[in-house]
Amino acid sequence: MSQSEPGQMTQQAEIPDGGVNRQFALLDEFVASLPYKKENLIAILHRAQEIFGSLPEEVQMHIAYLLDIPAAKVYGVVSFYSFFTMKARGRHVVNVCTGTACFVRGAAKIQLEVEKQLGIKTGETTEDGLFTLESLRCVGACGLAPVLVIDGKVYGKVEVGQVKEILGEYREK
Amino acid sequence: MAVELTINDIPVSVPEGTTILDAARTINIDIPTLCYLNLHEMKLNNHIASCRVCVVEVEGRRTLAPSCSTPVTPGMVVKTDTPRAIKARRTMVELLLSDHPKSCLTCSKNLDCDLQALASDLGVRNITYEGEESRFAIDKSSKAIVRDPNKCIRCRRCETMCNEVQTVGVYSAVGRGFETVVKTAFDLPQHKTSCTFCGQCLAVCPTGALTELDQVDKVWKALNDPERFVIAETAPAVRVALGEGFGLEPGAIVTGKMVAALKRLGFDRVFDTEFAADLTIVEEATELMDRLKKGGRLPILTSCCPAWVKFFEHQFPDLLDIPSTCKSPHEMFGVIAKKYYADLMGIDPQRITVVSVMPCVAKKYEAARPELGRDPKTPDVDIVITTRELARMIREAGIHFGALPDEDFDQPLGESTGAAVIFGTTGGVIEAALRTAYEWITGRPLARIEFEEFRGMEGIKEAVIDMAGRDFRVAVTHGLGNARKILEKIQAGDSEYDAIEIMACPGGCIGGGGQPYHHGNMEILKARAAAIYREDRNKTLRKSHENPAVRTLYEKYLGEPYGEKAHMLLHTHYIERRKI
Repeated sequence: MSQSEPGQMTQQAEIPDGGVNRQFALLDEFVASLPYKKENLIAILHRAQEIFGSLPEEVQMHIAYLLDIPAAKVYGVVSFYSFFTMKARGRHVVNVCTGTACFVRGAAKIQLEVEKQLGIKTGETTEDGLFTLESLRCVGACGLAPVLVIDGKVYGKVEVGQVKEILGEYREK
Repeated sequence: MAVELTINDIPVSVPEGTTILDAARTINIDIPTLCYLNLHEMKLNNHIASCRVCVVEVEGRRTLAPSCSTPVTPGMVVKTDTPRAIKARRTMVELLLSDHPKSCLTCSKNLDCDLQALASDLGVRNITYEGEESRFAIDKSSKAIVRDPNKCIRCRRCETMCNEVQTVGVYSAVGRGFETVVKTAFDLPQHKTSCTFCGQCLAVCPTGALTELDQVDKVWKALNDPERFVIAETAPAVRVALGEGFGLEPGAIVTGKMVAALKRLGFDRVFDTEFAADLTIVEEATELMDRLKKGGRLPILTSCCPAWVKFFEHQFPDLLDIPSTCKSPHEMFGVIAKKYYADLMGIDPQRITVVSVMPCVAKKYEAARPELGRDPKTPDVDIVITTRELARMIREAGIHFGALPDEDFDQPLGESTGAAVIFGTTGGVIEAALRTAYEWITGRPLARIEFEEFRGMEGIKEAVIDMAGRDFRVAVTHGLGNARKILEKIQAGDSEYDAIEIMACPGGCIGGGGQPYHHGNMEILKARAAAIYREDRNKTLRKSHENPAVRTLYEKYLGEPYGEKAHMLLHTHYIERRKI
């Protein structure tokens, strides 16, 4: 019983990286610019993910603090939407569309090929931190199925043989 | 405006906006429900319509309607008992059971579970759907609450209670689809969150997903250890609720039978937390007078409720200096038992085990707070069991509770006044404090001993008491959401109060998280509160400072109230905690 009690206030660790402080400052600035804050939780999470690349615990805690809402609520929303991620993502985010049209036109094969080329499963990030592979459902370009999206750039009518070359462009960037 | 409709061919007239469920209740039809819970007195309304157990047929409507969230319309023709509705309800429960452990026999909610009762009432006789079952880790990290998400049916009553009524916000639905479950932020163990351990989540949980940490076996072990001198102390609210565990009317006063049962279980002494409640009043009233005299900070806030204490430590760390520094009564009792009583009897305090019987699960957590004991080896209180756990021990021992004779508490720590009894309900602590403070401050006897203005289930109650020409402003609040409103006023500097009583549980301790389950029936809480006030009127002495055993304690042992020794033993301090 003599051990320090769980939940007790501990000194917040100093953030050594000026870059992280800058990221938090950007987020604070964005939140401060909003006339309604609690109502804009999802928009704030989008912006935060843009700034930090993902939504780790400390970012969610900070948002809960800024909006004066329970951290559990922030976590509930983050866990609900597949767009939000708590894990750090790679420099390039590869998305294979697995919506109906793309699926019919062979998205599964494209997905397998990307996995093979990157040596990871969907949802994972390569060890060198260069690529994260995700899947999404329909980008509204069904005429171009199957579709591959990298960092927001859409590749249409993709064939298995092209995957290596497309990824190659990003390896060099 | 009234709306006319028929339910099962019976004409019904109800106000606009009434749900089908409530309309049916006016003609004594209880449509089965599960996730739905509407407790007006607590301002809790969980009507997310997710379980679909309350579906009924509405003429002209293609699909079945969830009666809990469908308002009546003029001329509506509702059928609650058609084969289609009955079959749909049963199917809903069967689907819920497909992802629910079938371990009812070993569940702590066995025979007290809403889901189980529903399965029985709706005639579920087969596990129709076998499929994937959720697998989550059970959280036993805290000293008070056990969370087994495998038994969660996603009704979200706990979330509504914690977020909206208590405004603590520990829980959220996490994930989506089949994976959804109610959890803490980042799956943190409960003890690392801002959880106050008030236990209101488990008071409304329809299954065994949320329960108290069971400490019955620890008590049995102590009772059967010949080296241990085992003392029981019982909180005021236990005696007006324990009977419910044995089929007695809610509000039955079973003080004498409870004492008899504890003696038969083998406790060496059966004492009363009420003795320490009187002691608390003497200390707290003296502390108040000290603040008035020295111009100390007002309002003074009561500190008997451990969930409330943890709430302000997390949520209002800037206000740590205004609550009274008095330990809660059961902690005061523990330290007096291990110092004064041990001295009196010549017993080594290390041999004493103090068992608190409480209407509360937060008391389990409180007893484990490291600062509440003179050294790590002698905590003020060793074990805390709830009213429910005591009822179970009595059943385990095969004691026929209803047939027990009335027996008296042991002395001297069994002596108490009416002021101590009313600690068990909202408004009671301040009423008890005023009975003493008024006489001490004004030097006059109190003409009117009962303070009606602080009684009842109203969320925030206020009154101005004339104390020898000085207006003394008092507020009473219960439920942590109500407490938050008052504390925000204090923070903003808009408070003119002199004293505020705060209890975490709606209704106060009579509605505590450790009491027999109310299953949504608020009349039970009202009956318990009425019993508390009856018990007060039954007492000859009704003011704490008149308790002769408390007077002797000061004369022979403590010295002055709020003096040096009292400070060392009966007062505590608070700790700033992180909000999460």
